[in-house]
Amino acid sequence: MRIFDPHIHMTSRTTDDYERMAAAGVRAVVEPAFWQGQPRTSVDTFVDYFDSLIGWEPFRAGQFGVRHHATVALNPKEANDPRCRPVLDLLPRYLDKDGVVAVGEIGYDSMTPAEDAAFAGQLALAVAHDLPALVHTPHRDKARGVERTLAVVAESGIDPGRVLVDHLNEVTVRLVRDTGCWLGFSIYPETKMSPPRMVELLRTYGTERILVNSAADWGRSDPLLTRATGEAMLLAGFTEDDVDRVLWRNPVEFYGQSGRLDLADLDGLRG
Amino acid sequence: MTPHRLRAALRGVPDPRWLDAALRRVATDPAAIARLFATAARKCGRGPLPDPPGWTVDEAARALLLTALPAGHAAAAESLYRYGDAAEKRAVLRALPLLPIGAECVPLLHDAIRTDDTRLVAAALGRYARHLEQPAWRQAVLKCVFTGVPLAVVDDLAGRADGELAAMLAGLAAERHAAGRSMPADAADLLDRLGAGSPSTTIPEA
Repeated sequence: MRIFDPHIHMTSRTTDDYERMAAAGVRAVVEPAFWQGQPRTSVDTFVDYFDSLIGWEPFRAGQFGVRHHATVALNPKEANDPRCRPVLDLLPRYLDKDGVVAVGEIGYDSMTPAEDAAFAGQLALAVAHDLPALVHTPHRDKARGVERTLAVVAESGIDPGRVLVDHLNEVTVRLVRDTGCWLGFSIYPETKMSPPRMVELLRTYGTERILVNSAADWGRSDPLLTRATGEAMLLAGFTEDDVDRVLWRNPVEFYGQSGRLDLADLDGLRG
Repeated sequence: MTPHRLRAALRGVPDPRWLDAALRRVATDPAAIARLFATAARKCGRGPLPDPPGWTVDEAARALLLTALPAGHAAAAESLYRYGDAAEKRAVLRALPLLPIGAECVPLLHDAIRTDDTRLVAAALGRYARHLEQPAWRQAVLKCVFTGVPLAVVDDLAGRADGELAAMLAGLAAERHAAGRSMPADAADLLDRLGAGSPSTTIPEA
Protein backbone atom coordinates (compact mmCIF):
# COMPACT_ATOMS: atom_id res chain seq x y z
CA MET A 1 0.00 0.00 0.00
CA ARG A 2 1.61 3.29 -1.07
CA ILE A 3 0.36 6.29 0.87
CA PHE A 4 0.53 10.03 0.25
CA ASP A 5 -0.61 11.94 3.36
CA PRO A 6 -1.87 15.22 1.88
CA HIS A 7 -2.09 17.02 5.24
CA ILE A 8 0.22 16.34 8.17
CA HIS A 9 2.20 18.69 10.45
CA MET A 10 5.49 16.81 10.66
CA THR A 11 7.24 19.69 12.44
CA SER A 12 5.26 18.57 15.50
CA ARG A 13 6.10 14.87 15.13
CA THR A 14 9.06 12.75 16.14
CA THR A 15 11.48 10.59 14.18
CA ASP A 16 9.62 7.57 15.63
CA ASP A 17 6.62 8.75 13.63
CA TYR A 18 8.67 9.04 10.44
CA GLU A 19 9.96 5.49 10.98
CA ARG A 20 6.49 4.07 11.60
CA MET A 21 5.01 6.01 8.69
CA ALA A 22 7.69 4.78 6.28
CA ALA A 23 7.15 1.19 7.49
CA ALA A 24 3.38 1.60 6.95
CA GLY A 25 3.86 2.71 3.34
CA VAL A 26 3.81 6.51 3.64
CA ARG A 27 6.13 7.70 0.85
CA ALA A 28 5.12 11.34 0.52
CA VAL A 29 3.54 14.04 2.66
CA VAL A 30 2.35 17.61 2.33
CA GLU A 31 2.81 19.79 5.42
CA PRO A 32 0.53 22.82 5.44
CA ALA A 33 1.62 25.92 7.33
CA PHE A 34 -0.74 26.36 10.25
CA TRP A 35 -1.34 27.43 13.82
CA GLN A 36 1.27 26.00 16.17
CA GLY A 37 -0.73 25.87 19.36
CA GLN A 38 1.12 28.80 20.97
CA PRO A 39 0.13 32.15 19.45
CA ARG A 40 2.94 33.86 17.54
CA THR A 41 3.58 37.51 18.22
CA SER A 42 5.77 38.63 15.33
CA VAL A 43 6.30 38.16 11.62
CA ASP A 44 9.83 36.87 12.18
CA THR A 45 8.66 33.66 13.80
CA PHE A 46 6.64 32.93 10.66
CA VAL A 47 9.75 33.46 8.55
CA ASP A 48 11.62 30.86 10.58
CA TYR A 49 8.64 28.51 10.42
CA PHE A 50 8.30 28.83 6.64
CA ASP A 51 12.07 28.39 6.23
CA SER A 52 11.84 25.20 8.22
CA LEU A 53 9.04 23.93 5.96
CA ILE A 54 11.25 24.34 2.88
CA GLY A 55 14.57 23.55 4.55
CA TRP A 56 15.05 21.38 7.60
CA GLU A 57 11.79 19.39 7.56
CA PRO A 58 12.22 18.05 3.99
CA PHE A 59 15.76 17.01 4.96
CA ARG A 60 14.47 15.27 8.08
CA ALA A 61 11.77 13.47 6.08
CA GLY A 62 14.30 12.45 3.45
CA GLN A 63 16.33 10.57 6.03
CA PHE A 64 13.40 8.15 6.30
CA GLY A 65 12.68 7.89 2.58
CA VAL A 66 9.64 10.18 2.84
CA ARG A 67 9.25 13.00 0.28
CA HIS A 68 8.12 16.24 1.90
CA HIS A 69 6.33 19.17 0.29
CA ALA A 70 4.62 22.13 1.95
CA THR A 71 1.83 24.64 1.58
CA VAL A 72 2.41 28.17 2.84
CA ALA A 73 -0.09 30.78 4.09
CA LEU A 74 -1.19 32.95 6.96
CA ASN A 75 -3.63 30.69 8.81
CA PRO A 76 -7.16 31.88 9.66
CA LYS A 77 -6.68 32.08 13.44
CA GLU A 78 -3.62 34.31 13.23
CA ALA A 79 -5.09 36.38 10.40
CA ASN A 80 -7.01 38.01 13.25
CA ASP A 81 -3.84 39.25 14.96
CA PRO A 82 -2.61 42.60 13.59
CA ARG A 83 0.92 41.64 14.65
CA CYS A 84 0.83 38.68 12.25
CA ARG A 85 -1.01 40.15 9.26
CA PRO A 86 2.15 41.53 7.56
CA VAL A 87 2.99 37.86 6.92
CA LEU A 88 0.72 38.27 3.87
CA ASP A 89 3.35 40.55 2.30
CA LEU A 90 6.06 37.88 2.68
CA LEU A 91 4.12 35.09 1.04
CA PRO A 92 4.94 35.79 -2.63
CA ARG A 93 8.59 34.98 -2.01
CA TYR A 94 7.71 31.59 -0.53
CA LEU A 95 5.08 30.81 -3.17
CA ASP A 96 7.90 30.68 -5.76
CA LYS A 97 9.70 27.84 -3.99
CA ASP A 98 10.02 24.36 -5.50
CA GLY A 99 8.73 22.59 -2.39
CA VAL A 100 5.59 24.72 -2.07
CA VAL A 101 2.73 22.95 -3.85
CA ALA A 102 -0.27 25.04 -2.73
CA VAL A 103 -1.40 28.08 -0.78
CA GLY A 104 -2.70 26.90 2.60
CA GLU A 105 -4.12 26.44 5.08
CA ILE A 106 -6.44 29.33 4.37
CA GLY A 107 -10.14 29.69 5.18
CA TYR A 108 -12.14 30.39 8.29
CA ASP A 109 -11.78 29.91 12.01
CA SER A 110 -14.24 32.36 13.60
CA MET A 111 -15.52 33.95 10.36
CA THR A 112 -14.39 37.50 11.14
CA PRO A 113 -13.90 40.37 8.68
CA ALA A 114 -10.12 39.96 9.09
CA GLU A 115 -10.45 36.30 8.08
CA ASP A 116 -12.58 37.33 5.08
CA ALA A 117 -9.82 39.64 3.87
CA ALA A 118 -6.97 37.17 4.43
CA PHE A 119 -8.89 34.33 2.78
CA ALA A 120 -9.86 36.29 -0.35
CA GLY A 121 -6.40 37.85 -0.62
CA GLN A 122 -4.68 34.47 -0.41
CA LEU A 123 -7.00 32.88 -2.98
CA ALA A 124 -5.92 35.71 -5.28
CA LEU A 125 -2.28 34.86 -4.51
CA ALA A 126 -2.97 31.23 -5.45
CA VAL A 127 -4.33 32.35 -8.81
CA ALA A 128 -1.42 34.75 -9.37
CA HIS A 129 1.17 32.04 -8.59
CA ASP A 130 -0.70 29.33 -10.50
CA LEU A 131 -1.01 27.21 -7.36
CA PRO A 132 -3.86 25.13 -5.89
CA ALA A 133 -5.37 26.14 -2.55
CA LEU A 134 -5.83 24.08 0.62
CA VAL A 135 -8.84 25.36 2.53
CA HIS A 136 -9.37 24.64 6.22
CA THR A 137 -13.00 24.58 7.38
CA PRO A 138 -13.92 25.80 10.86
CA HIS A 139 -14.58 23.42 13.73
CA ARG A 140 -17.31 25.63 15.23
CA ASP A 141 -20.41 26.63 13.29
CA LYS A 142 -19.02 24.30 10.63
CA ALA A 143 -21.90 23.96 8.17
CA ARG A 144 -22.37 27.70 7.83
CA GLY A 145 -18.61 28.09 7.71
CA VAL A 146 -18.43 25.71 4.77
CA GLU A 147 -21.21 27.58 2.95
CA ARG A 148 -19.41 30.85 3.42
CA THR A 149 -16.12 29.22 2.36
CA LEU A 150 -17.66 28.02 -0.89
CA ALA A 151 -19.11 31.47 -1.61
CA VAL A 152 -15.67 33.09 -1.20
CA VAL A 153 -14.08 30.40 -3.41
CA ALA A 154 -16.70 30.98 -6.12
CA GLU A 155 -16.25 34.74 -5.96
CA SER A 156 -12.44 34.49 -6.21
CA GLY A 157 -12.54 33.08 -9.71
CA ILE A 158 -10.13 30.22 -8.88
CA ASP A 159 -10.89 26.97 -10.72
CA PRO A 160 -12.76 24.83 -8.13
CA GLY A 161 -10.74 21.85 -9.38
CA ARG A 162 -7.71 23.55 -7.82
CA VAL A 163 -9.33 23.87 -4.39
CA LEU A 164 -9.24 21.24 -1.64
CA VAL A 165 -11.85 21.83 1.08
CA ASP A 166 -10.62 20.00 4.15
CA HIS A 167 -11.88 18.53 7.45
CA LEU A 168 -15.27 17.57 6.02
CA ASN A 169 -17.78 15.24 7.68
CA GLU A 170 -21.14 13.58 6.95
CA VAL A 171 -22.97 16.92 7.12
CA THR A 172 -20.60 19.19 5.25
CA VAL A 173 -19.65 16.74 2.48
CA ARG A 174 -23.09 17.28 0.97
CA LEU A 175 -22.40 20.99 0.58
CA VAL A 176 -19.10 20.53 -1.26
CA ARG A 177 -19.48 17.47 -3.44
CA ASP A 178 -21.20 19.17 -6.38
CA THR A 179 -19.01 22.28 -6.45
CA GLY A 180 -16.10 20.76 -8.35
CA CYS A 181 -13.78 21.25 -5.35
CA TRP A 182 -11.79 18.33 -3.95
CA LEU A 183 -13.02 16.82 -0.68
CA GLY A 184 -10.62 16.34 2.22
CA PHE A 185 -11.24 14.20 5.31
CA SER A 186 -9.03 14.22 8.40
CA ILE A 187 -9.04 10.88 10.20
CA TYR A 188 -8.60 11.40 13.92
CA PRO A 189 -8.56 9.10 16.97
CA GLU A 190 -11.71 10.68 18.45
CA THR A 191 -12.85 13.86 16.72
CA LYS A 192 -13.24 14.87 13.06
CA MET A 193 -13.56 11.53 11.16
CA SER A 194 -12.88 7.83 11.88
CA PRO A 195 -11.86 5.01 9.49
CA PRO A 196 -15.25 3.19 9.67
CA ARG A 197 -17.18 6.44 9.06
CA MET A 198 -14.80 7.26 6.20
CA VAL A 199 -15.53 3.90 4.58
CA GLU A 200 -19.25 4.65 4.74
CA LEU A 201 -18.67 8.04 3.08
CA LEU A 202 -16.63 6.39 0.31
CA ARG A 203 -19.47 3.89 -0.22
CA THR A 204 -21.92 6.76 -0.59
CA TYR A 205 -19.88 9.24 -2.61
CA GLY A 206 -17.31 7.07 -4.42
CA THR A 207 -13.56 7.67 -4.60
CA GLU A 208 -13.42 10.54 -7.09
CA ARG A 209 -11.84 13.81 -5.86
CA ILE A 210 -11.66 12.47 -2.29
CA LEU A 211 -8.51 12.82 -0.18
CA VAL A 212 -7.86 11.21 3.19
CA ASN A 213 -5.31 12.67 5.59
CA SER A 214 -4.19 12.22 9.18
CA ALA A 215 -3.81 15.97 9.88
CA ALA A 216 -1.52 14.75 12.66
CA ASP A 217 -0.05 17.63 14.66
CA TRP A 218 0.78 18.56 18.23
CA GLY A 219 -2.64 17.42 19.51
CA ARG A 220 -3.92 13.89 20.02
CA SER A 221 -3.66 12.50 16.51
CA ASP A 222 -2.19 9.50 14.70
CA PRO A 223 -0.11 9.58 11.50
CA LEU A 224 -0.98 5.94 10.78
CA LEU A 225 -4.73 6.50 10.43
CA THR A 226 -4.31 6.90 6.66
CA ARG A 227 -3.09 3.30 6.56
CA ALA A 228 -5.89 2.21 8.94
CA THR A 229 -8.42 3.76 6.57
CA GLY A 230 -6.92 1.87 3.62
CA GLU A 231 -7.16 -1.38 5.56
CA ALA A 232 -10.76 -0.63 6.58
CA MET A 233 -11.57 -0.03 2.90
CA LEU A 234 -10.13 -3.42 1.91
CA LEU A 235 -12.07 -5.19 4.68
CA ALA A 236 -15.24 -3.48 3.46
CA GLY A 237 -14.73 -4.85 -0.04
CA PHE A 238 -13.01 -1.98 -1.82
CA THR A 239 -10.29 -3.09 -4.24
CA GLU A 240 -6.59 -2.35 -3.90
CA ASP A 241 -7.00 -0.04 -6.88
CA ASP A 242 -9.69 1.92 -5.00
CA VAL A 243 -7.35 2.27 -2.01
CA ASP A 244 -4.50 3.36 -4.27
CA ARG A 245 -6.70 5.97 -5.85
CA VAL A 246 -7.74 7.52 -2.54
CA LEU A 247 -4.41 7.22 -0.72
CA TRP A 248 -2.03 7.92 -3.61
CA ARG A 249 -3.36 8.92 -7.02
CA ASN A 250 -5.88 11.51 -5.83
CA PRO A 251 -3.41 13.56 -3.76
CA VAL A 252 -0.81 13.24 -6.53
CA GLU A 253 -3.36 14.55 -9.03
CA PHE A 254 -4.48 17.41 -6.80
CA TYR A 255 -1.06 18.73 -5.76
CA GLY A 256 0.40 17.79 -9.14
CA GLN A 257 -1.56 20.75 -10.52
CA SER A 258 1.18 22.94 -9.01
CA GLY A 259 3.67 21.52 -11.53
CA ARG A 260 6.10 21.23 -8.61
CA LEU A 261 5.37 17.83 -7.10
CA ASP A 262 8.65 15.93 -7.28
CA LEU A 263 8.22 12.21 -6.66
CA ALA A 264 11.26 11.10 -8.67
CA ASP A 265 13.51 8.37 -7.26
CA LEU A 266 11.15 7.32 -4.47
CA ASP A 267 11.31 3.66 -3.46
CA GLY A 268 8.32 1.36 -3.26
CA LEU A 269 6.02 3.32 -5.53
CA ARG A 270 4.46 0.23 -7.03
CA GLY A 271 2.36 -0.14 -3.88
CA MET B 1 35.58 25.75 -11.64
CA THR B 2 34.67 28.59 -13.99
CA PRO B 3 31.37 30.09 -15.16
CA HIS B 4 32.42 29.20 -18.70
CA ARG B 5 32.67 25.52 -17.81
CA LEU B 6 29.27 25.55 -16.07
CA ARG B 7 27.72 27.29 -19.06
CA ALA B 8 29.10 24.64 -21.39
CA ALA B 9 27.82 21.89 -19.10
CA LEU B 10 24.30 23.34 -19.27
CA ARG B 11 24.02 23.35 -23.08
CA GLY B 12 21.79 20.28 -22.88
CA VAL B 13 19.11 21.54 -20.46
CA PRO B 14 15.54 20.94 -21.64
CA ASP B 15 14.85 24.64 -22.18
CA PRO B 16 18.16 26.39 -22.93
CA ARG B 17 16.36 29.54 -24.06
CA TRP B 18 14.95 30.06 -20.58
CA LEU B 19 18.45 30.02 -19.11
CA ASP B 20 19.84 32.33 -21.82
CA ALA B 21 17.02 34.79 -21.23
CA ALA B 22 17.38 34.57 -17.44
CA LEU B 23 21.13 35.28 -17.62
CA ARG B 24 20.57 38.30 -19.88
CA ARG B 25 17.79 39.56 -17.63
CA VAL B 26 19.91 39.34 -14.47
CA ALA B 27 22.70 41.29 -16.19
CA THR B 28 20.41 44.23 -16.86
CA ASP B 29 17.81 43.88 -14.07
CA PRO B 30 19.61 42.51 -10.99
CA ALA B 31 16.47 42.51 -8.81
CA ALA B 32 14.96 39.87 -11.10
CA ILE B 33 17.36 37.27 -9.70
CA ALA B 34 15.17 36.49 -6.67
CA ARG B 35 12.36 34.87 -8.68
CA LEU B 36 14.64 33.45 -11.38
CA PHE B 37 16.83 31.81 -8.74
CA ALA B 38 13.78 30.20 -7.07
CA THR B 39 12.36 28.83 -10.34
CA ALA B 40 15.65 27.69 -11.92
CA ALA B 41 15.37 24.05 -10.82
CA ARG B 42 11.87 23.69 -12.26
CA LYS B 43 13.05 25.17 -15.56
CA CYS B 44 16.45 23.49 -15.88
CA GLY B 45 16.24 20.23 -13.91
CA ARG B 46 17.86 18.79 -10.81
CA GLY B 47 19.88 15.81 -11.99
CA PRO B 48 23.64 15.37 -11.67
CA LEU B 49 25.85 16.82 -14.41
CA PRO B 50 28.31 14.38 -15.98
CA ASP B 51 30.82 17.22 -15.99
CA PRO B 52 31.84 18.98 -13.84
CA PRO B 53 31.49 16.03 -11.42
CA GLY B 54 29.75 16.74 -8.14
CA TRP B 55 27.51 19.46 -9.59
CA THR B 56 23.79 19.19 -10.28
CA VAL B 57 21.96 21.06 -13.04
CA ASP B 58 20.10 23.35 -10.62
CA GLU B 59 23.26 24.24 -8.69
CA ALA B 60 25.11 25.10 -11.89
CA ALA B 61 22.22 27.16 -13.28
CA ARG B 62 21.82 29.09 -10.04
CA ALA B 63 25.56 29.67 -9.68
CA LEU B 64 25.61 31.06 -13.23
CA LEU B 65 22.76 33.43 -12.43
CA LEU B 66 24.80 34.83 -9.54
CA THR B 67 27.89 35.25 -11.73
CA ALA B 68 25.77 37.09 -14.31
CA LEU B 69 25.02 39.96 -11.92
CA PRO B 70 26.74 43.21 -12.95
CA ALA B 71 27.62 44.15 -9.35
CA GLY B 72 26.58 43.60 -5.74
CA HIS B 73 27.41 39.91 -5.71
CA ALA B 74 27.99 39.61 -1.97
CA ALA B 75 24.70 41.31 -1.04
CA ALA B 76 22.79 39.20 -3.56
CA ALA B 77 24.39 35.98 -2.32
CA GLU B 78 23.50 36.89 1.23
CA SER B 79 19.88 37.67 0.38
CA LEU B 80 19.36 34.60 -1.81
CA TYR B 81 20.86 32.43 0.92
CA ARG B 82 18.77 34.05 3.64
CA TYR B 83 15.49 33.53 1.80
CA GLY B 84 16.43 30.35 -0.05
CA ASP B 85 15.18 26.83 0.43
CA ALA B 86 17.82 24.19 1.15
CA ALA B 87 18.69 23.67 -2.54
CA GLU B 88 19.01 27.43 -3.14
CA LYS B 89 21.22 27.81 -0.08
CA ARG B 90 23.42 25.01 -1.33
CA ALA B 91 23.71 26.63 -4.76
CA VAL B 92 24.74 29.95 -3.20
CA LEU B 93 27.46 28.21 -1.18
CA ARG B 94 28.78 26.46 -4.27
CA ALA B 95 28.77 29.71 -6.24
CA LEU B 96 30.82 31.69 -3.69
CA PRO B 97 34.27 30.78 -5.08
CA LEU B 98 33.14 31.95 -8.54
CA LEU B 99 32.11 35.44 -7.43
CA PRO B 100 34.23 38.62 -7.33
CA ILE B 101 33.98 38.91 -3.56
CA GLY B 102 36.48 38.79 -0.75
CA ALA B 103 35.74 37.23 2.60
CA GLU B 104 32.43 39.09 2.91
CA CYS B 105 30.28 35.98 2.69
CA VAL B 106 32.05 33.96 5.38
CA PRO B 107 29.01 34.42 7.68
CA LEU B 108 27.06 32.24 5.22
CA LEU B 109 29.59 29.44 5.79
CA HIS B 110 29.13 29.78 9.54
CA ASP B 111 25.36 29.51 9.13
CA ALA B 112 25.64 26.44 6.89
CA ILE B 113 28.11 24.68 9.17
CA ARG B 114 25.85 25.33 12.17
CA THR B 115 22.98 23.41 10.53
CA ASP B 116 22.53 19.67 10.74
CA ASP B 117 21.68 19.51 7.05
CA THR B 118 24.63 17.53 5.70
CA ARG B 119 24.12 18.91 2.17
CA LEU B 120 24.78 22.44 3.47
CA VAL B 121 27.72 21.45 5.65
CA ALA B 122 29.32 19.73 2.65
CA ALA B 123 28.73 22.71 0.34
CA ALA B 124 30.31 25.07 2.87
CA LEU B 125 33.66 23.28 2.68
CA GLY B 126 34.49 24.01 -0.96
CA ARG B 127 37.14 26.42 -2.16
CA TYR B 128 35.56 29.49 -0.55
CA ALA B 129 36.28 27.90 2.85
CA ARG B 130 39.86 29.13 2.43
CA HIS B 131 38.45 32.32 3.99
CA LEU B 132 37.21 30.36 7.00
CA GLU B 133 39.33 30.72 10.10
CA GLN B 134 41.15 27.55 11.10
CA PRO B 135 39.25 26.72 14.34
CA ALA B 136 35.89 26.90 12.53
CA TRP B 137 37.31 24.91 9.61
CA ARG B 138 38.52 22.14 11.93
CA GLN B 139 35.12 21.97 13.66
CA ALA B 140 33.46 21.68 10.27
CA VAL B 141 35.75 18.85 9.16
CA LEU B 142 35.06 17.05 12.41
CA LYS B 143 31.32 17.57 11.86
CA CYS B 144 31.68 15.89 8.47
CA VAL B 145 33.22 12.84 10.13
CA PHE B 146 30.57 12.93 12.84
CA THR B 147 27.64 13.05 10.40
CA GLY B 148 29.02 10.78 7.67
CA VAL B 149 29.84 13.44 5.04
CA PRO B 150 32.69 12.08 2.87
CA LEU B 151 35.89 14.06 3.43
CA ALA B 152 36.36 14.24 -0.34
CA VAL B 153 34.09 17.33 -0.25
CA VAL B 154 36.65 19.27 1.81
CA ASP B 155 38.77 21.56 -0.37
CA ASP B 156 42.53 21.44 0.32
CA LEU B 157 42.13 18.92 3.13
CA ALA B 158 45.68 17.61 2.79
CA GLY B 159 47.20 21.09 2.79
CA ARG B 160 45.20 22.41 5.69
CA ALA B 161 44.82 19.50 8.12
CA ASP B 162 47.06 20.16 11.11
CA GLY B 163 48.07 18.70 14.42
CA GLU B 164 45.10 20.19 16.22
CA LEU B 165 42.70 18.52 13.76
CA ALA B 166 44.59 15.28 14.33
CA ALA B 167 44.11 15.63 18.08
CA MET B 168 40.37 16.25 17.61
CA LEU B 169 40.03 13.27 15.27
CA ALA B 170 41.96 11.09 17.68
CA GLY B 171 39.59 12.14 20.46
CA LEU B 172 36.60 11.17 18.37
CA ALA B 173 38.28 7.87 17.44
CA ALA B 174 38.85 7.14 21.13
CA GLU B 175 35.19 7.82 21.97
CA ARG B 176 34.02 5.70 19.06
CA HIS B 177 36.37 2.90 20.07
CA ALA B 178 35.13 3.02 23.68
CA ALA B 179 31.55 2.82 22.44
CA GLY B 180 32.32 -0.14 20.19
CA ARG B 181 31.79 1.95 17.05
CA SER B 182 34.13 2.58 14.17
CA MET B 183 35.44 5.66 12.36
CA PRO B 184 34.65 6.20 8.67
CA ALA B 185 37.48 4.84 6.54
CA ASP B 186 38.41 8.25 5.08
CA ALA B 187 38.73 9.77 8.56
CA ALA B 188 40.80 6.84 9.83
CA ASP B 189 43.11 7.24 6.83
CA LEU B 190 43.45 10.97 7.45
CA LEU B 191 44.27 10.33 11.10
CA ASP B 192 46.93 7.81 10.09
CA ARG B 193 48.52 10.29 7.70
CA LEU B 194 48.44 13.13 10.22
CA GLY B 195 49.74 10.95 13.02
CA ALA B 196 52.66 9.84 10.89
CA GLY B 197 53.39 13.30 9.60
CA SER B 198 53.17 15.47 12.71
CA PRO B 199 55.16 14.24 15.69
CA SER B 200 53.93 17.14 17.86
CA THR B 201 50.41 15.73 17.82
CA THR B 202 49.28 14.08 21.01
CA ILE B 203 47.03 11.19 20.24
CA PRO B 204 45.36 9.63 23.28
CA GLU B 205 45.63 5.92 23.82
CA ALA B 206 42.60 4.23 22.28
